[in-house]
Amino acid sequence: MSRPVEPEGRAARFIALEVHESTHDRLVWGMRQHRDKAVAGVPEWEELRELASQIKEHTLTHLDQYLEQFAANATKLGTHFHWARDAAEHNAVVYDILQAHQVKSLIKSKSMLQDECGMTPYLEKRGIEVTESDLGERIQQLSDEPPSHIVVPAIHKLRTDVAALFAEKIGTDPEDSDPHHLAEAMRQNARPRFLAADAGMTGANFAVAETGGFVVCTNEGNADIGAAVPPLHVASIGIEKLIPRARDLGVFIRLLSRSALGSPITQYTSHFHGPRRGGELHVVLVDNTRSDRLGSPDFWHALKCIRCGACMNTCPVYRRGGGLSYGATYSGPIGVILDPGFDLSKYRELPFHSSLCGSCTEVCPVKIDISDQIYKWRRVVAARGLLRLTKRVGMGALGTTLAHPAAFHAAESAGEAALEHLPRFLLYNPLNPWGKHRELPAVPRQTFRQWYLENRGKS
Amino acid sequence: MSPRDAILEAVRRNLPRPAVPLPEIPGSERKGVKHGLGYKEHLTRLPEVPGSTDTGEPLVHYFRRQLEAMGGRSFEVADAAAARAKVAELFPDAKVVCLAVPEVPGTRRIEGVRNPHELNDVDVGVIRSPLGVAEAGAVWVTQTELVVNALGVLSQHLIVLLDPAAVVETMHDAYGRIDLAASPYGVFLAGPSATGDIEGVIIHGAQGARSLTVLLLAPSGVEALAS
Repeated sequence: MSRPVEPEGRAARFIALEVHESTHDRLVWGMRQHRDKAVAGVPEWEELRELASQIKEHTLTHLDQYLEQFAANATKLGTHFHWARDAAEHNAVVYDILQAHQVKSLIKSKSMLQDECGMTPYLEKRGIEVTESDLGERIQQLSDEPPSHIVVPAIHKLRTDVAALFAEKIGTDPEDSDPHHLAEAMRQNARPRFLAADAGMTGANFAVAETGGFVVCTNEGNADIGAAVPPLHVASIGIEKLIPRARDLGVFIRLLSRSALGSPITQYTSHFHGPRRGGELHVVLVDNTRSDRLGSPDFWHALKCIRCGACMNTCPVYRRGGGLSYGATYSGPIGVILDPGFDLSKYRELPFHSSLCGSCTEVCPVKIDISDQIYKWRRVVAARGLLRLTKRVGMGALGTTLAHPAAFHAAESAGEAALEHLPRFLLYNPLNPWGKHRELPAVPRQTFRQWYLENRGKS
Repeated sequence: MSPRDAILEAVRRNLPRPAVPLPEIPGSERKGVKHGLGYKEHLTRLPEVPGSTDTGEPLVHYFRRQLEAMGGRSFEVADAAAARAKVAELFPDAKVVCLAVPEVPGTRRIEGVRNPHELNDVDVGVIRSPLGVAEAGAVWVTQTELVVNALGVLSQHLIVLLDPAAVVETMHDAYGRIDLAASPYGVFLAGPSATGDIEGVIIHGAQGARSLTVLLLAPSGVEALAS
């Protein structure tokens, strides 16, 4: 059984420098505000969400047909098509393709699926040099950290953090933290790598069954460089990325970047249908637990996710604690409901890394019931006996008390009396995380029940 | 069992029930009709919202405004001669101007390029787009126009010629007009390459083009020059 990641400890390390917390909160909430402004400009927004949700639900309830259709049409276009059951099979298939082409170095654009499969360390161990081409991903790669956000992977870093990193790794001036200069330095550093690469790898945002092609959305155009410059393009696509028709893209493209950053579209929305002139194209279609999730009545809707990050930007816990606190490939509310599906024991604490405020569900462009699923994962964790000891004992006592009114009223009065007279260390000690950074409110003169009996109880 | 069969079998075994029908996208089946998502007739409520897809302003104005918001710029040019003058004015120091269009002069023709690496030194790439999308401020470009796809991403600066009559309103309209499978590569370019990866500061020229300029040029202007 894997050891659980501990989000509190990780978040505490992130916010140890207060400016990290406040800057992160400001930037991420800023994206949420940009989203709101963009949404206000699309009067049919709610209708688009509903359509997107239905199209995804339709696809997932007919997924076998669409997978076959996609594979057949992609093959007709001259795409080499591969299927992979899990991460290990995905990595092996990719390595085989690369070996057959004597690939020594490759450039890759952002792919959460490739991160999920641990592809980069796998290939590096086998002597292939992998360079992330997205600026934020490259920052994370040089920091030896996973992305902290689906859309902006290094959003938890200050410009001075990046300046220190680049000074160490690519020889920039450590005193110069102007983002323009830092981005330019990486552009100059990356260009020769683009030209030297033997292969380009991408993920995909959407795979269109009707046409056999796929769509990649980026703002930097880095996926396009990877596809256009090296002779070989390999794309990893999760089976949940399917949509039936080309015209469905109109719905999803209108939703995606508005939800993510508040722009009407990403700078590059790129469609790949078969190999480019003079190139070779491979698609690796990956399951990796997605078909298991499909069979779960409580959790299959999470497969509708289009990875926009809106749920992260609005989440009060994510905004304060940062994406690395989740200790997983996927962070934020969507991570809380995806990660336990990969390893329940390891990610058992994540469903509790939430206030259940429900804001994520409200902003989700494909109407995933994220907050309900977070609650349902808590039940799964409890049912499997994976609750933390403090929670198990506390919840057990609370359950008994709440189930017996007499016990509850006794506890209420006793608690009230105790709160006034207990020494501080009994309340503010390490066993009670609620006592950290917080003062309990002043104790009222009487309980609500006492007030009610006195004022309303007579009639 | 092959991975393909194993995945399909697992998916079939786990298909959620009941099955959900595929919704029709309102209006998308009627090409060229101003009706459907994004249009007044379709909506139950349409307040005067800034940036709305149906503000009544000419489509080209809306397109130019959105392109600017995405970090691009546009100019109306009357004919090919004006287009040439504009390119010279915007990029007086460009050493390598690579062309995928006949309207302006340059130093290199894309048809002669064999390997994408040859485009690494291009200062300005000039291409044509057959379609603009107003709501997104985007132009559609495929391998047919680019000839070598890398021209779109290795050029330091991009100039895109677009017929102002070829601008449609929404992404729904755009997907109704293009045949995706007709070209191995097609891209909506909405302004230049951009990143906000360092503290959310928007920077143009992350990895691809540093700038994108649309020259709105009607085909009649080109014909007048040719005759």
